This record gives sequence, structure tokens and C-alpha cells, in this order.
Amino acid sequence: MSFLTAENMTGGYGSVDILFDCTIAADLGEIAVIVGPNGAGKSTAMKAVFGMLKLRSGRVMLDGEDITNLSPQDRVAKGMAFVPQTNNVFPSMSVEENLEMGAFLRRDDISVTMEQVYDLFPILRDKRRQNAGELSGGQRQQVAVGRALMTKPKLLMLDEPTAGVSPIVMDELFDRIIEVARTGITILMVEQNARQALNIADKGYVLVQGANRYTDTGEALLNNPDVRRSFLGG
Amino acid sequence: MSGNQTSTRAAETPKGRGLLYFAIMAVLIVIVGQFQSWNVALSILSLCLISSIMALGVNIQWGYAGLFNVGVMGFAALGGLATVLVSMPPVPAAWAAGGPGVLASLAMGAITICGAIFIYRKMPKGRLRGFALLAVCLGGYFVTRHYFGISTDAVESVDPALTGYLGGLGLPVLLAWPVGGLFAGLAAWVVGKISLGLRSDYLAIATLGISEIIVAVMKHEDWLARGVKNVNGLPRPVPYEINLQQAEWFLELAAKLGQDPVTFSSIFVKLCYVLLFTVVLLGILWLSERALHSPWGRMMRAIRDNEVSAAAMGKNVTARHLQVFVLGSIVVGIAGAMLTTLDGQMTPASYQPLRFTFLIWVMVIVGGSGNNWGAVLGGFVIWFFWIEAEPIGLWLMETLTSAMPEDSSLRAHLVDSAAHMRLMTMGAILLLVLRFSPRGLLPER
Amino acid sequence: MEILNAFVLLANFVLVPAIAYGSQLALGALGVTLIYGILRFSNFAHGDTMAFGTMVVILFTWWFQSMGLHLGPLPTALLALPFGIAACAVFVLGTDRLVYRFYRQQKTAPVIYVIASVGVMFILNGIVRFAIGTEDQQFADGARFIVKAGEFKRMTGLDEGLAIKASQALTVVTAVLVVAALFWFLNRTRTGKSMRAYSDNEDLALLSGINPDRVVAVTWILAATMATIAGTLYGLDKSFKPFTYFQLLLPIFASAIVGGLGSPLGAIAGGFVIAFSEVMVTYAYKKFLAYLVPADWWAPDSLMQLLATDYKFAVSFIILVLVLLFRPTGLFAGKSV
Repeated sequence: MSFLTAENMTGGYGSVDILFDCTIAADLGEIAVIVGPNGAGKSTAMKAVFGMLKLRSGRVMLDGEDITNLSPQDRVAKGMAFVPQTNNVFPSMSVEENLEMGAFLRRDDISVTMEQVYDLFPILRDKRRQNAGELSGGQRQQVAVGRALMTKPKLLMLDEPTAGVSPIVMDELFDRIIEVARTGITILMVEQNARQALNIADKGYVLVQGANRYTDTGEALLNNPDVRRSFLGG
Repeated sequence: MSGNQTSTRAAETPKGRGLLYFAIMAVLIVIVGQFQSWNVALSILSLCLISSIMALGVNIQWGYAGLFNVGVMGFAALGGLATVLVSMPPVPAAWAAGGPGVLASLAMGAITICGAIFIYRKMPKGRLRGFALLAVCLGGYFVTRHYFGISTDAVESVDPALTGYLGGLGLPVLLAWPVGGLFAGLAAWVVGKISLGLRSDYLAIATLGISEIIVAVMKHEDWLARGVKNVNGLPRPVPYEINLQQAEWFLELAAKLGQDPVTFSSIFVKLCYVLLFTVVLLGILWLSERALHSPWGRMMRAIRDNEVSAAAMGKNVTARHLQVFVLGSIVVGIAGAMLTTLDGQMTPASYQPLRFTFLIWVMVIVGGSGNNWGAVLGGFVIWFFWIEAEPIGLWLMETLTSAMPEDSSLRAHLVDSAAHMRLMTMGAILLLVLRFSPRGLLPER
Repeated sequence: MEILNAFVLLANFVLVPAIAYGSQLALGALGVTLIYGILRFSNFAHGDTMAFGTMVVILFTWWFQSMGLHLGPLPTALLALPFGIAACAVFVLGTDRLVYRFYRQQKTAPVIYVIASVGVMFILNGIVRFAIGTEDQQFADGARFIVKAGEFKRMTGLDEGLAIKASQALTVVTAVLVVAALFWFLNRTRTGKSMRAYSDNEDLALLSGINPDRVVAVTWILAATMATIAGTLYGLDKSFKPFTYFQLLLPIFASAIVGGLGSPLGAIAGGFVIAFSEVMVTYAYKKFLAYLVPADWWAPDSLMQLLATDYKFAVSFIILVLVLLFRPTGLFAGKSV
């Protein structure tokens, strides 16, 4: 069993199911990417892993422990961290305060973790006193990721981290995400930019209509002609 | 077909429930008539009717569109002002002393505002526009105020003990009711134009402000309606008791019914009022029901339930809200005019927000927001208990404190303060209904 | 000399009263804006919350006075203040538990909170009138003046005197201390920062493990504290009358909106904008102008007052309207949703 195993998830918001027997797994230090067409349930699958919607069947295991019935807040305490796609910073608070809020549940010294985040995103060190709402889109995403890292998570979940940022910033962000994964943190990511995301992925999940269509390593998916034709534009 | 049956039953049950509630209200009023006096019962009934109309007006705003109007008092007061301005005889000496001056300075004020709007619209944005605006506003203000002050002083010095104001138009008082609606509607249009389309709390705060200002103007502008000196002896739409007591036909009628002419005359007058108010209430209720079930009403409720999707379907939400806000305020204004007519005098100091704004809200919430019949029922129920809570509360306090010594200051304080229990009771009723039965006595269909 | 006289006159009748009144409004508006930032509704019960807290302070003041307890030159009310704050905090926490919490769990529309706050206002109104009556109450004791008009004249040799009431000085000193403490709390402490985070982005605050119940409770306690302090200072400076406190709602709301709902800094700025406008617009400038303009050149025949004192509420309203027309988010760009 992998470090994160979300098996046979079926459920949705209200009475209509969006996910059908969907399975996502990732090992420690791996980057797992969920791709697929619009409305395929990518974000929903990730939210299900994080406990933001109720599953009718299936279960979520983290590090061998069944966390299916925990609230998102409790999952944070178990070592999960989630970066929403939008509204993912505290705009009227400074960068440093954003990071502090990320570490709200921690009672120990957070300065080491904060230094690590600043090392990872040096621009944030320069802007630590500036309000997060005044930063550019790419910098704001860095704050959002940094905030999530402050809990020292074992699993970092990113919902379309590169939405709305320029290609250069996107490459930079992906580089940082690889760096994070190298420190032993598992990364689960939903991405619209499927080709670039699969490039850095250890595992790729192609979802269609809430169900797994293809599951393989990122490289294999990139080389799979069916996947290329249907999802990567040739 | 079972689904069909349940739906017909569901449609019948509320109707039955409504009838039952209204029947209980009728019985309560009859009990008051039998055990207190018919005069009291009819007074309560008249005010129940007026309260119902006010509640209808607020329900149009809240129930149809979800607008929170905290300025009911102000719109009702404008109705009261209309009664004075329409029905009182003009004061020729005052008009001669300062009438044209007042009108001219009011016109000057209007020109200043129009000028400012014109500059704001036509001049390019910049410092120059700011200075021009400031100059026009300040200049216009000082000139207006100067002549206004001279004219109003002249008006107010004309026999201040009796008149000291311009008087009205001397027209039949019934005409004041639609005029009251018109005044309230105009004020609502201005307030709505400013605060609708912004977040919902702004309308609430803006209406709170405008109602305070309307009442302040009525208290302090003596030339307009004598301020706190009050206007007494407003003409009536119904006969006077004293005339009735001398009328041949009335004495015969009283004799036939075996009634004392003096008591009967006062009951007869009250009955006339009740009849008039009932006609107005039924008329407004009929119009409201027609509107609610028309395509317009369905659109309004669609907007209320989901503003975003209604806007996406091309509905101009703000314009619709303005429309409904003005309509509701007109109804409140009419009721305000009716109330002043019933009182026979205009006393600006009597406009208290707790009585005129928040009590009406309790009526709407308790009655059933979104349901016109519910608002009417709420008006009846809450007014009845608002009036009867005072004797009941007093009796309760006296009973509770009867064990205390006669000269206990605590006892005296408690008995004196019984009236304030009403406020607490009303607050508690509002909170309890809002929490446990948010759809009210007669829920929206 | 004439110019000095004119400015002393202005200081005495405009500057000093407006600073004191502005401090009181700012404290009131801070309460409104905090509630708005965290609970996201305009609390119509705030004026009556002020009245409730002040009432408890007055009752304790009378009790202390009857026991012969005094603070020397300072008003006894200061000694009673902590009790008023505590009672007020307990009360608002109770209303939150009984009234607002339910709607929070249901995620009800803000307007329902507003209506519920009207219900709470009714109850508070009833309690206050029941306990202390509707009449004016004076409860200020201790020194009356810091600077007396007569002494000032003798010291400076000017015709105009400057009087600073003890209550005015106390208001300003207290307001500065309270505001400094509040900003220290919001910007430096963990709990304060978590409140700002919750106000900024509720969902993300929850994701970060911030406990919403705690944030809400602290907010109510802070609002009750501000309300009681503001109410007590206002009562010491003028007098205590329940209906006056209800009427303060309009200038307080206006202050909070002018500054930008949800912005504490804005609430303070707004309080002073409203207070200065109100006092300046209703001040009669006749004597002031007489000092500046030679009498043989032009003598004002009227009071030279922009607006009668009766209409001071209109000032708040007009400023409110101007802000809504031209800058609905307020001077400090508060929340617009």
C-alpha cells in the first residue's frame, strides 16, 4: 500500500455523484498529477481526498491509517496540507503573517520552517513585510504554497497551482514543486496544463467523467498515443 | 395521482389555518368589546387595520424582494405630514408674510442640487470640477439658507400660538392618503437610488438615517407643520360625534337599537373609520395579491431567491429592487396618512422607531414573510398584544409583587417598569419566530 | 491678539469637543467594524449594547459611591468599568450562543443576522429601561475641569477662555490606550492575527486550523469591551439616556462605513471625520468671524451657523450618502460584500 491511498471513491455534492469508483495513490516523495478534460471531477477527486465532500463508498488511507471520517481540519493535523485554486492567501496580511497563520496549529518553534520556505522562494524573503494582496499572481501562489508548507505536511495537495500565471512563472513553480518533493513530501496536484505537469509527475491519473481512464507513470502517459491524441492535443 | 392529492391538501390546509387565525383574532376583539368596552375594541381594530397595511408595505419590500427597510417610521411620518399639508386650511396671513419666499428659496435649493448634478455629469473629471461643485453647493446653500431663514421667520411669527405655519391646501382629508403615499414613494426613490445595488446592510442603514432626518425636520421646521407644537383638529373623513348627537336620524337609530346616543355616537364614528380602513386594506391586499401572482411577482421572487442567476438572465436586479422599494414605501405612506387622520392631530414627537419601524417588522416576521395574508394577520396579532400586553403586564407585576410590602421601593419600581416588559416580549417573539418558525404563522405558498 | 482669541474660541467649542466626541465614536465604530469583519453583519444592537454596558457601570458606580469608595480626581466610574465590561461581555456571548450561533451554523444570509440583531436590540432596550428607566442619569464625579476657562484667561491674558473638561481628557487618554492595546492585540498576538486571518479569508483560516468558535467569542468580547468603554466615556462627557444611545447608532454606522466596514483603522478615521463634521457644521461662527473681520467692515447679522444643532444627525447621513455614492468601500477600502 502506498503512503496515500484513496480507493474506490464514489460520491459528490448533494444527491448527484460526481466520482465513480475513483482511485488515487502516491508514495512518499512522489509527485502525483491528476489531469483530464473540463468537468472530469479532477478538483472533486482532490477535495474528496481532503475530506471536503462526503463519500458514499470508498476510503482514504494516509500512512496506513484510515482517515475517511476525519474533517479537513483534522486531516491537517494528520499531515495533509491543501492549497486551494483561488483565494488561497490572506490578502490584507503580510507575507510573514500568512506563513505564521499556516503554522497556526504548531506550538513549537516555526522559524526553521519559515527559513526553509524563504530558501525555497527567495522572493518572499524580500517581500515578507508586504501584504499578500499586493503581490503578483505568481508570487501569491508561492505564498499559498509556502503557507501550506508551514504545517510541515507529509502530503501537499495543490489545486491547479499554475492557473492564471505566465509560462515562465509556471516553469519556475514546477521547479519549486520538484524541490519540495525531493525533501520527502508527497505531492498530489490537479493540473490544467497536462503536458507540463505529466513531465514532472511520477504518477499520472487521467480522469474522465469522475472515473479513472488511464493510470501510469507520467512518462508513460506522455508516450501513450491514445492519451496524446485525446488529452494532450496530438 | 397521490401526488396531486397531497398538493391540493397542502393548498387547503394553510387556507384553513389562516381562517382559523383570523377567527381567533375576531373572537379576541369581541372579548375585549364585551369585557373592556366596545370603544376600546374598535380603537384596537382600527389600529390593527392600519398596522396591517403598514406590514403589507414592508412585506412587499421584504417578502417579494428581500429588502430590509429600517426607515418605516420616516415613511409613515411623511404620510402624516401629507395629511396636514392637504387637509388643513391655508393660513393667508402666513402666505402673505413669507409664502413666496419659502417657495422661492426651496426652488433655489432644487436649482442648486440640479446645478451640482449637471456639473458633475458634464464637466471632465479633475480638480476644476471639484472646485466648481464646491462653489455651486456652498454658494447655493448660503443664498438659499439666507432667504429661507428670512421667509420662515416671517411665517413662524404669524400668530405662533395658533398657526405660525403655512397651513395646508384645505382639500378633503381622504385626498391626503394617496398624497402621503406619493411623498413616501418619492423619498424611497431617492434613498433607493443611492443605496440599492450596494451590499444589503447599506439600504438598512440609509433608511435608518433618512427616517431620523424626516422626523427631525418635522419636529423642527415650524413653518411646515408647526413642529413640536403639533397640528390639532385635522378635518375628519367621518362625521363628528357632536353633530351626530344632534341629528334626527341618528337619535332615532340609537333609540331603535336601545343605545345611549352619546356612547353610540362615538362607537358609530369608530365604525365609520373601521369601514374606511377595511376598504383601503382590502384594496391594497387585492392589488398586492394580483401583483404577487402576476409574471412580475414571479420575477421578483426569482430575483429574491437567486440574484446572481436572475442577473445572468438579463434581469436588471437593481432597477427591480428600486421599483419594489418605492411601491412598498407608498403603501407605508398611505398607512401613515391614515393613522394621522384617525388621531386627528399630527404630533411629530410620537414617531418612535421602536413603535413605528421595529414593531412593524415583528408583525411581518411573525405573520409570515412573503405572504400578504400573513402580513395582515401579523399586523392584527402583534398590535393586539402590543396594546393588551400593557394591562396584562401591569396586572402580572402587581400580582407578583403583592407579597411585597406596600411601601417597598422595589415594588414601585417593578410596577412602574412593567411597560418596558413589552419591548422585551416583542424582541423575544421576533427572535423565537425567526429561529423556530422562520416562515411565520402563514407561510409563503 | 484678535486672531489668537478667534482660534482659542474655535479650540474651545470645536476642536476639544470634536476630539472627545470623535474618540467616543471611534470606539463605538471599532466594535461595529470588528463584528462586521468577523461575523459579517451590521449589528443594529450595538447602540443598545453600549447602553447596557454603561448601565452596569452606572449601577456599580452608585454602589461604590454609597460605600464611600472614590478615586479622588478620577470618576468612580473607572473603578466600575471592569464590572460593566464583564457583564456586557457575558451578555453578548449569551446572545451569540442563543441567537447568532444557530444562523452561523446554517450559513444564513447576512440580512437575517441583521433582523436577529434587531430582536436583540429590543430585548436590550427593554432590560436597560426596566433596570434604570428612560430618564437622564448623571454619574460623573471627581474633578470637573483640567483647564478652567477663567484660569486660562488669567494665564494668557486673552478675552477667550479655553476649558478642557476632565471627562474630555479622560476620553482621549482612554481611547488612545484602548486603541493602542487593540492594535497591539490584532497585529502582534497569535489570537489577534487569527482574527484578522478569519476576517480576510474564512475558508483558508479554517484550513489553517483556526478555531472559528474561539475567534467569534474573542470578537464579541472585544466588541463588548469597546462598546462599554465608549458608552461610559460618552455618558461621563454628556449624560446617560437609553434613547440617546440608540440614536448614536447612525453616527457610529456612518463612521464605520466612511472608514470602510471591516477596517479598524478606518473606523477610527471615520469616527473623527463624522465628529468633526458634525461639530463644525453645527457651530455658530458669528463670534469667530467677529474676531477676524473688523466690525466696521462687516458684522454678521445671523449666527453664521451652517446647520441647526437639531439636524446634527443629518450630517452623519449626508456623509454616509456621499461615501455610498462615490466610494462604497469607504476611505480605507473595507469589505464590499
